[in-house]
Amino acid sequence: MTDTTVTRAHLAEAVYQEVGLSRNDSAQLVDVVLEEIGQALISGEMVKLSSFGSFQVRSKAERIGRNPKTGEEVPISPRRVLVFRASHVLKDKVNRTRKGGASGHGAA
Amino acid sequence: MTKSDLILRLAELYPHLLQRDIERIVGTVFDEITNALARGNRVELRGFGAFSVKQREARQGRNPRTGEPVAVDEKFVPFFKTGKQLRDRLNGGDGEMDD
Repeated sequence: MTDTTVTRAHLAEAVYQEVGLSRNDSAQLVDVVLEEIGQALISGEMVKLSSFGSFQVRSKAERIGRNPKTGEEVPISPRRVLVFRASHVLKDKVNRTRKGGASGHGAA
Repeated sequence: MTKSDLILRLAELYPHLLQRDIERIVGTVFDEITNALARGNRVELRGFGAFSVKQREARQGRNPRTGEPVAVDEKFVPFFKTGKQLRDRLNGGDGEMDD
């Protein structure tokens, strides 16, 4: 399918078209939406966006990894990682549209 | 934090905006991401992360209760990769990275 990557600029343009704020304000609002979600996650809060999905921070304990090139053992320090779980609505949309699409699924 | 918490927070930050407009802004952002993924496009939000769609091949599965083999169709699943800056900030960094 099309290999256009959607960026912050595209989201800002959509907000501009949809809501009618200035282009500048639209871009700023998109940034603030993402920043507020980021801040909540950094503070350890889970973020649930209905019909889209949820973001959760998980803490990983220290473990021993291996440098794949040298085979050397290296400790991987404890860290926090972000996990995204898509909602059923999002999963369904991603599937429905793609299936009937370019892959030419010939459902008999 | 839920979508409505996010909307309330934005309303605090932008008291001159109508609540209705804030709702539309938040709705538009996530609808756009959803639609892009539904088209099979990638969504790259610098400093936050990237959403993409991964293909899972058709496979022979098994009904876990009966052990009976079942054909599982090819499917597409949404995937999110945390951006470098956010990953750094989650771990106490200041997120001051080029990328």
